[in-house]
Amino acid sequence: MSTIKVALMGNPNSGKSTLFNALTGMSQQTGNYPGVTVEKRTGEAILRDETGKSAFISFLDLPGTYSIYPKSLDEEVCYKVLCDNTDDDHPDAVLVIADSTNLRRSLFLTTQVIDLGIPCVLVLNMMDFARLRGLEIDTAKLSELLGVSVVATNARKKVGIENLKKAILNEFHTPAKTFLDIGEFAPRAMLNTVMGMFPGETAYGAYQIINNETGISHFESIEYKKKEIKKLIADYHFEKHKIQSEETIARYKSINEVIKECVVINEEEKKKSVTARVDKLLTHKVWGYVFFLIILFIIFQAIFFIAKYPMNAIEFCFVKISEFGQNVLPPGELTSLLINGILAGLSGIAVFVPQIALLFAFIAVLEDTGYMARVSFLMDKLMRPLGLNGRSVIPLMSGMACAVPAIMGTRTIQNWKERVTTIMVTPLMSCSARLPVYTLLISLVIPSTHNYGYFNLQGLVLMGLYLLGFVSALAAAFVIKLLIKSKEKSYFMMEMPLYRVPKLSGVFLTIYQKSFIFLRDAGKVIVAISVILWVMASHGPPSKMKAAETAYNNADSAKKYSPQQIQNFIAAGKLKQSYAGNAGRWIEPAIKPLGFDWKIGIALITSFAAREVFVGTMATLYSADGADNNLSIREKMSAAVNPETGKKEYSAATGFSLMLFYAFAMQCMSTLAVVYRETKSIKWPVIQFFYMGALAWIASFLVYTFAK
Amino acid sequence: MSAEICTLDKLKPGESGSIVSFNDEEKALKFMEMGCTPGEIILMDSYAPLGDPVAVMVSGYKLSLRKSEASSINIERI
Repeated sequence: MSTIKVALMGNPNSGKSTLFNALTGMSQQTGNYPGVTVEKRTGEAILRDETGKSAFISFLDLPGTYSIYPKSLDEEVCYKVLCDNTDDDHPDAVLVIADSTNLRRSLFLTTQVIDLGIPCVLVLNMMDFARLRGLEIDTAKLSELLGVSVVATNARKKVGIENLKKAILNEFHTPAKTFLDIGEFAPRAMLNTVMGMFPGETAYGAYQIINNETGISHFESIEYKKKEIKKLIADYHFEKHKIQSEETIARYKSINEVIKECVVINEEEKKKSVTARVDKLLTHKVWGYVFFLIILFIIFQAIFFIAKYPMNAIEFCFVKISEFGQNVLPPGELTSLLINGILAGLSGIAVFVPQIALLFAFIAVLEDTGYMARVSFLMDKLMRPLGLNGRSVIPLMSGMACAVPAIMGTRTIQNWKERVTTIMVTPLMSCSARLPVYTLLISLVIPSTHNYGYFNLQGLVLMGLYLLGFVSALAAAFVIKLLIKSKEKSYFMMEMPLYRVPKLSGVFLTIYQKSFIFLRDAGKVIVAISVILWVMASHGPPSKMKAAETAYNNADSAKKYSPQQIQNFIAAGKLKQSYAGNAGRWIEPAIKPLGFDWKIGIALITSFAAREVFVGTMATLYSADGADNNLSIREKMSAAVNPETGKKEYSAATGFSLMLFYAFAMQCMSTLAVVYRETKSIKWPVIQFFYMGALAWIASFLVYTFAK
Repeated sequence: MSAEICTLDKLKPGESGSIVSFNDEEKALKFMEMGCTPGEIILMDSYAPLGDPVAVMVSGYKLSLRKSEASSINIERI
């Protein structure tokens, strides 16, 4: 059976991805193109027609573009895959997906592919929408004029998919003719020279190589005869922009001729489009924002509250598994590593899946319906001064539930600089993992009896911390905007697609893919760090660990304390002597100016696994101090007295200092793992870790200094 | 009849014009591949609630763009 590599190309919103889903279904895989963070989707299918002809097809879903001239990362990927025949992804044939309601614009990309001489089939998608607009397209005539096969489909309703499969098997052939003679615009002799350098290249392919000689970074790895081309450009006085502009105008002119011959417009059938009416409401100066706030509210509620139930269920399962493991497995190093290291790490990953799934369900629906473009339209002016994009709003707000899905959600922001800025500031938003820490600390330093009228002081402080997160995220964005230099041109111009009913199967596929990507890619990093943290917290200098173990191993203690208490004391003693404990003491000088002691130091280190671990670590440490095991952690921490000063260890100053530290510090390995995955560079998570750490230190220092 | 030439951002919602030329070479290339070629009719559809960006109808679809981008398109009012 033969194998054919088929790439899908098309304008954004042409229904390309829906078609890709219909062709490949669950066989899809997602990854990145080498060296860049553009998402790469591939899938496979075995196609068979009634004559018995069959082939193994490997599909590649290229990012949506309007032309093959590369201006953004997405377009660079398209250009490289298409024009560089040494590229691993270079296709044997291309399916060009056209939005039938936008045939003129779609044919621009189509005819470029035709002129590159790559075997292709034109797919006219969304024919039903075109009919609603009174457009009748003569596909036979179009096929004749373009010299390639044309298939009409409606991917959402799975109409025409069988015909398309037949066409994939039988109708890929090199285009019968060139659509536009590039030799009319670029020096023919120059094109011929370049065609000689790259055997098999068409004139248009040669022109694209010359045109893109500068600016494409990842072409450098390939033998592309840069020097010779540079010399040609100088010799022939090749005027890149002028030729590109002339070519574009001439191409559209010819396309207008084609449209005149193939498309009939029935003015009578042209109905007032639903989109126009819906847009009146959704981009209205009052109702538009009201609707957007409602959407935000629903998303926020879903990932903050609804996700809690599956998250609790997942945690419950992991607790049961580890209890079971502890009972069944022989006690020892390996069991401890398995349960407290690896299993704890896995549970830390799995627990994010409900939030990721929910957020991506919403994002997929918003994108699919066409509403996301309206969000940009509404919010752009507000976000622009901060170096953010209208599309940054949803990740930022989702960051109040959890930064992990929020950062994965920044993929909808096309501009790299705006996307990185959003990624860098999102973890400053108060996420749900900070809530248990805040709750504990607030109850520790603020009496619950203080009320100002109807306002409860504890509640006000909590709200203040959330506001602080929000304001600092915006401020950080503003600073980052000034610091990051971007080569990429920032365009806002974008199509406002027609409103459509979202396709559920596509939404579920997105959820499945995003959850899987997270588990696979971020999971590796998180498990690795969990194991390191386990080693640090459970191991220490052997002699001291031994001493901690045997400290209560005498008759005196046995008389005074219950076995449970003794176990707690041993656990706390071992944590004190462990490497984590030593690290806590080692960093004490650095955190002393903030009002923290070594115990908090240990908690700062262990809560790197997840912020809420702070509460658990404090519980373990303080189980040693208070002999009365019935006191809660809050009461124990509250009663703790500093041996040096004789004052309370958790003064208001220390409490506020700690709150601010947790508000700013990058205390979350899962977020760092996701930032690494999403930026493909160790640079961004490292910068993020240190800038947030510095903010935390300075804020805590100031508060402690002035409040103590 | 005197044709009035102005930039696209000067149009009020409901007004239209035909594209004459561009002020910014690189933006022009991007506009043109999205179908905004000289001679095309462009209709100002609406302004965003905060006055910027704006939405126009061109070549049969709705395009949203910032005012700064719209000011790089010269049009002849119709």
